[in-house]
Amino acid sequence: MKAAVDATKCNAYGTCADHCPSVFQLDEWGYGSVVGDGTVAEAEIGAAKVAAADCPEKAITLIDA
Amino acid sequence: MTPASVLAGPHAEGADSARRAAVHPAIAPRLVVAGSEEARLHLAAERALGTYEPGTEGGEFLDELERSGLTGRGGAAFPAHIKWRGVVAGEGPRVVVANGEEGEPASGKDRWLLTHRPHLVLDGLLLAARTVRAGRAVVYLSHPETVAAVRGALDELAAAGDDRAREVEIHVVDPTYVAGEESALCRSVNGGPALPTAKPPRPHESGVDGRPTLVSNVETLAHAAWLARNGADAFRAQGTAASPGTALVTLSGACGAPGVYEVPLGRTIRQLFDEVGGGLAEESHGFLVGGWFGGVLRRERAQDTPCCYDALRTLGSGLGCGAITALGADDTPVRVAADLAAWYARESAGQCGVCVNGTKAIRDTFARIADGAGSADDRDKLVRWGDTLPGRGACAFLNGAATLARSAVAQYPEAFPAGA
Ligand SMILES: Cc1cc2nc3c(=O)[nH]c(=O)nc-3n(C[C@H](O)[C@H](O)[C@H](O)COP(=O)(O)O)c2cc1C
Ligand code: SF4
Ligand code: SF4
Repeated sequence: MKAAVDATKCNAYGTCADHCPSVFQLDEWGYGSVVGDGTVAEAEIGAAKVAAADCPEKAITLIDA
Repeated sequence: MTPASVLAGPHAEGADSARRAAVHPAIAPRLVVAGSEEARLHLAAERALGTYEPGTEGGEFLDELERSGLTGRGGAAFPAHIKWRGVVAGEGPRVVVANGEEGEPASGKDRWLLTHRPHLVLDGLLLAARTVRAGRAVVYLSHPETVAAVRGALDELAAAGDDRAREVEIHVVDPTYVAGEESALCRSVNGGPALPTAKPPRPHESGVDGRPTLVSNVETLAHAAWLARNGADAFRAQGTAASPGTALVTLSGACGAPGVYEVPLGRTIRQLFDEVGGGLAEESHGFLVGGWFGGVLRRERAQDTPCCYDALRTLGSGLGCGAITALGADDTPVRVAADLAAWYARESAGQCGVCVNGTKAIRDTFARIADGAGSADDRDKLVRWGDTLPGRGACAFLNGAATLARSAVAQYPEAFPAGA
């Protein structure tokens, strides 16, 4: 599974990095991005799904790779 | 010369670099053919050159495109055959768009091409439409003189009873830098604002009308039309093995003869200025390469680099749309970087928080250093942003600002505050 953050939607709420820090990181302005190429490790899929569902801007997409 | 005059570029009011073009002495021209240098080639003259005559077609043409090594001339230098095949692989109906927006301030070559050889661009667009079996063909423009030239060419075709004129639409957009970006283009043609969208999907997956869409720079299409009639071997007779063919370049700034030139790929930056650009001013200390998108390059490090897509990429820059500006004595590296950074902050489409904040931070940091109030921490921040911001925005615009930050410090370290 791969995660992506739509930079046009992200509004720097930061909940993604709280839910799933192995996949999402925040920059110095608080905007989210994926770590590396966004690959989600098997064990992190649940946390990544929570992060996507909880993103207030629905800026996160998860694609089965 | 003041920094403002170098950064004014070919699009500055009164600049006329796109009015005429010339040819490098070592080549037989493909685009800047005799008679077209300063005047529009009309239909009869184009037909005499073979324009609109069929060449290789269909799958055979795609093989020829692959053998030719033609890469996109709009900025990204992506192999044309991969992009065209990617569109063919999608389900029909498909769409083709000729990108003639040329929002890049240092570039005038697409305007020259559209106002002097509009029929060759249309020929290439129609070839692309047949090859990918498109149901719509659009020319995407912003400069009024290009709109008039393409309309005129379509009218000529129609007056000659050629039905193909009716197959082509013109879409006019307000000129901004990001309007030429491929997803902004699709959004504009679809009736929305000319602002980029997040990827995926890319236009070849879902673009105009949600259909697989081939977005191609107008110069790329003109080369494709030439290729269909002349073949890949002839195409590769100029240029280098890695960057075959010729390209239109726009030379500007501290040189003897700024303007648009058709040149073989692979000459060094210095050779280009010596052989067609009227020579580099002695005091010129560096370049902006790839328009304002490839950062700054120091003269002694860059002038002997071949103008080939790979070689410039190795320098952390890129030939991009082929615009090269020679910096003058007054264009101190930090001042130029500060002015360019201010332009980036202004031209950001304002959609992505990271782009709005990143371009502003880069602008403010360069301004502080230019005012003599910068610190080593400021320099380190520029380096960090240069490394971390590429790829973060919905479009590659932010990558240009990051390249500026990274390259200015790397190329002119002595111009930045040193560490404690
Ligand atoms: C900010 C931005 C602006 C761009 N502006 C233009 C432009 O004005 N004209 C153009 O042909 N390509 C422009 N591009 C590149 C297009 O997105 C696209 O890659 C190109 O039109 C594809 O054509 P090609 O493959 O023939 O080069 C721009 C890209 C970015 C990121
Ligand atoms: S939760 Fe959503 S809006 Fe908040 S930082 Fe993450 S991606 Fe951006
Ligand atoms: S990266 Fe910048 S220019 Fe590109 S879409 Fe986002 S805000 Fe607009």
